[in-house]
Formats: sequence, structure tokens, C-alpha cells
Amino acid sequence: MGMREELQKKAVSRLVPVAGNGLLHRREFLNRALTFATAATASSLVPTRASAEALTEPKWSLVNGGPIPPYQTPSKYASNVVRTLANPYNLPKVSQSRTPLHLLEGTFTPNGVHFTIVHAGIPDIDPAQHRFVIHGLVRQALEWRVEDLLRYPLVSRLAFIECGGNSAPMFSPTPIQANVQALHGLVSCAEWTGVPLSILLEETGIDPRAKWFIAEGADAPHLARSVPLWKAHDDAFIALYQNGEPLMPGNGYPMRLVLPGFEGNMQVKYLRRIKLVDEPMMSYYEAQVYTEPLPNGKAYQFYFINEVKSFITYPSYGFKLPFPGLYQISGLAYSGYGRIRRVEISADGGKSWAKAALDGVPRSKAFTRFRIPWHWNGGPAILQSKAVDEFGNEQPTRARFVAQRGELATVPSLMAFPNHHFNAVMSWGISPKGEIANVYA
Amino acid sequence: MYMREALAVVLVVVAFGARAATPADTPHLGKAISAEDLAEWNIDILPSGKGLPPGSGDAAEGKKIYRTKCVGCHGLNGEGGLGPPLIGNHPIRGIDEGTIVLAGYLPFSSTLFDEIRRAMPWQSPRSLTNDEVYALCAFILSGNGLIPKDKVLNASNLAEVRMPNRHGFIVRFPKLTPRFDAP
Repeated sequence: MGMREELQKKAVSRLVPVAGNGLLHRREFLNRALTFATAATASSLVPTRASAEALTEPKWSLVNGGPIPPYQTPSKYASNVVRTLANPYNLPKVSQSRTPLHLLEGTFTPNGVHFTIVHAGIPDIDPAQHRFVIHGLVRQALEWRVEDLLRYPLVSRLAFIECGGNSAPMFSPTPIQANVQALHGLVSCAEWTGVPLSILLEETGIDPRAKWFIAEGADAPHLARSVPLWKAHDDAFIALYQNGEPLMPGNGYPMRLVLPGFEGNMQVKYLRRIKLVDEPMMSYYEAQVYTEPLPNGKAYQFYFINEVKSFITYPSYGFKLPFPGLYQISGLAYSGYGRIRRVEISADGGKSWAKAALDGVPRSKAFTRFRIPWHWNGGPAILQSKAVDEFGNEQPTRARFVAQRGELATVPSLMAFPNHHFNAVMSWGISPKGEIANVYA
Repeated sequence: MYMREALAVVLVVVAFGARAATPADTPHLGKAISAEDLAEWNIDILPSGKGLPPGSGDAAEGKKIYRTKCVGCHGLNGEGGLGPPLIGNHPIRGIDEGTIVLAGYLPFSSTLFDEIRRAMPWQSPRSLTNDEVYALCAFILSGNGLIPKDKVLNASNLAEVRMPNRHGFIVRFPKLTPRFDAP
């Protein structure tokens, strides 16, 4: 046994579990003697690894490299870090693409893999000809061009955007074996830059009878949703940039509504019209598509907020733990109400919990990355995460959630999302072989 | 649940108070636009029927239009296909109703007119005349037994059609949802 392995064994023997089945204190991250097994570089304390081989010059170090492209794309060796497509041939129906959250790190979703849903293809909009109006219950209806909005004081903020139908496969009566991308990939987080809607409404004036505004897109469905007017005074804005560059066509180029924390469909892309009204319009998307049927035959409507939620991205279905040892559990937490206050992790199916470390300072209505070290002893384990936000909202257990919202009678298609707003605690079961399954616990 | 809603409302008020700009603070780059120039885009129909344009149509005319422009996605008799089913009303039975028949689910008939006019047919939205949209609404509503077969729909009677699932909805966040007096 080499000196490194001995040091690691000594380090592990000093670790004190803080919850059942091997969860270690979140600050053990700072212990430099530890080597973590990760998705990319599986390493472990037991068994000892074979000694390294002598170093040689690889071929890419012996020739000059390629030219710099004007817009760089990921390495061909990272070509698996892409979205999955539900409608690749653009048939006349909704198209969805899911973000590979299990292959990403940190909290920003790169623009090329931000999830996209379009209901009739991605429109090809010339920004020089795009027009945007605010009218209805206002003092003066006004029109702006893109170039006008760029002269306003811009604001930037992080915000996750999540489809109301994200995690819909979790309504299945039996757990569907699929990865994080398939189950939870209809959520992404970016830094959005644009003009606060409240500033534009200062200029149009607001008739006191206005209680809602209708937002409408310039795409073929002319997608329209009603939004409570208080959101315009709170934090709604018209985004023109996404992670520092102009919006991606799939995410609303040249401009979209951003309603931090609200259901994705309400954050109308290709925004061309806002109309202040005294009653909601009951558009197809708010009176049918994004309503939530309940077991009693009624349905929820106006489910604006995507409530507090988290899921573990590593380890998760599709990965395998190569051997017992030290691992870092990692995942994402977010709440449409505000900041994440804490995330608790269980390795024994919810019997005991330990607090995870949060990367940086949690931002309101944005992804928060959590991590905790875990010593897998090679036995069965059930990993869960449970997030709590700054208002004390806590993710419900699956049992509690299902008691209220119901479960489907039959296993649904992974690509469909007839049911929405699933935010219960999710579980990954680890077998003694290190295989990972979606389980209900 | 109510506590967090109340907290969110308090935060809204605080944020609004802190951020309120005066008109003089803003660049004022918006150009005034008249109701006349807005008309082509001003297409939303509210549950009260506000916004319904002049025109009329009945189910017989609607069936002809349906057979040429809608069958590709919604099926020969409105049973659905790539698009949702339109005819074959039945009560809502629970959360498996992923492809609930539109007319059996929508709380207001105004949504039918609004969605057909703004988004249909899929391959050429905004190509239907107002008469054609009224006729298609009549075809779908009469096919579901919600209006007589010979009823002519127009701006003054479309919103009066009572939909069977009118009271089937629960507002998820009552304190965050402005009250609305649906007709």
C-alpha cells in the first residue's frame, strides 16, 4: 500500500458520519487528504489502485492545433453533452428538448443546451422588423423596437426557468427508469438581461381597473398567457440577453418575458404584445394545457409558481458506482418563491438527514448547487434530497404529494406531460453492485 | 400555504415601493400607437365575449371547413390525432385525462374562438375569416351537444354558451391571483 492510500485510510478513519449509511459532514470537503470518486474520475480508497505508468508525449502535444472558430462549440469528446429531442422531424405538434443536467456542473445552463419547448417550431424573427406594443387599460398605448429597448437602463439577474410539466414522469404509478435529463430536464438557469416591465408601464400609465396583463408571442401559435399585474411591479422584465449574448432563437430571440419563479409557459417568448386587462383571458394554455387535473375530477388553474424543489444529479440513474468508497453527492435546488435556505440529504431513504453544503450564496429564484461527501460501504442505499426555501417552504415527501395530487393509473410516455408541478422528494436507489435506479421511497 | 403566500405579497409591496420610478426617470422611447393601428394584433377574446369580432357561422358550414382544413391533425370526426380531440365529450374522471376533449374541459367557449383564430390551422395560422372561426366553433360545440345543430353563432351569443366544466377549476394560489368575475 502506497503512502497516498495510507493517508487516505487514516483520513477516512477520522471521519465522523453525521447521518445514517455513511453521510459525512459537509465541511469534510475542505479535507485535502480526501480523494472523491466522481462521474469523470472514479477513484477510491479500497481497493488500492495499480501504480501509474511512465509518462509519454501524447500526439496532440507534438503538432500544431486547429484554427479558432468565430463561435466556439464544445470539444468533440464532449459531444454527449447535448439536449434530447422529442420531435426531431418537426412534425406539426409541440417540440421539446431537455437539458443534460446530469452532465453539467455549477448553476448556469450554457445557452446551447438550455431547454426549449416550442408549440409550432422556432420562428425566424428579424429583429429590425420586430415590433413590441403595450396597450389595453393604459393611459397611452406605446410601441418599441429592439433598438429602443436597448437604450433603456438594463438589469441582469439569474433566474431558473422551468416548464410546468417538468418531472411529469414522476406521476407514474411505478418508477420509470430514466436519467435526470429525461425526468427533470425541462428546467435550466441563466443570467438574463433586459428592461424591467415596470419602467415601460411608467411610460404607458396604468388604468386602476387593470388587474392582469396578457402577454403574447410573435410565433405561429401567437402563444398568449394572462399574468397578474402585481408581477409587473415585482420582478417581471423583458429579456434581450441570455448569459451575456443575444437570446437563443429557441429561448425567445429577439425578446421574451421573464417572470422569475413562474411557470415557464407564462414567460412568453418572441414577445410582441402586452395588454392590460381587468380579467384573465382564459387562453388555451391557461384553461387547458397548463391546468392540473386532480383525483377528485377538479383541476388546479393558475398554478403560477414553481414551488421549492431539488434533485440529486450525481449519483443518479445511468451512472454506476465502481466500488465502495468516498463519493460526492451533488445536485440542484431552487424555489419560485425566493432563495434556498438549506438542502438536507438522506442516504437511508429518509430515516436520517444531514445538511448539504451550498455553493456560494444562494440567489433568489435561481439554481443553487448542493454537495455532501458520502462514504458508500457497498450496501444498499437510498439517496434523497429535500430543499427548504427562505419562507420555510419544504419539499413534500412523495407520499404526501401523491395523497393530494394523485398518481396515474398507467405508466405515461416519457415525452408527454399531461400532469404538472411535481416537486416532491425524489429517490435514487443504490444496489450493492453500484447500480442506480429511480425508486419510490 | 397561506403563510408563504402572505409573505410573498408583502415582499411584492416592499419591492414595488423601493423601485417605483417616476416618468421623468425613464427614456420615453415608446411611440404612441392608435387603436386602429393595433387592430390587426388585438385578437384576444375574453370570457365575457369582449373582443369577439363581427361575423357568424353554423355547424353545417363549420363541418365543410373542418373537413378541408382540420382533419389532418384532429381526425375525420374530431376524435383527435397529432392534435387534441375536439368531439366526444365526457366527464372528467381523474388525473389520467391527458387528452381531455377540449369542449368538455374548457371553462369558457371564448377560448375556442380565441385559439382557433390565433393559432389554427396549424400550417397557416390567421388564415381563417371570422365567419369561418364562428362556423368551426359551432361545429365543435354542436358536435359535443352543447348547442343545437342549427344554431348560428355570432359576437352576441358565443360567450353565452355554457360549458359543462365551467366550475371544474380551483385557483391554486388564491391570494396571489387577482379576483376575476367570470360571466
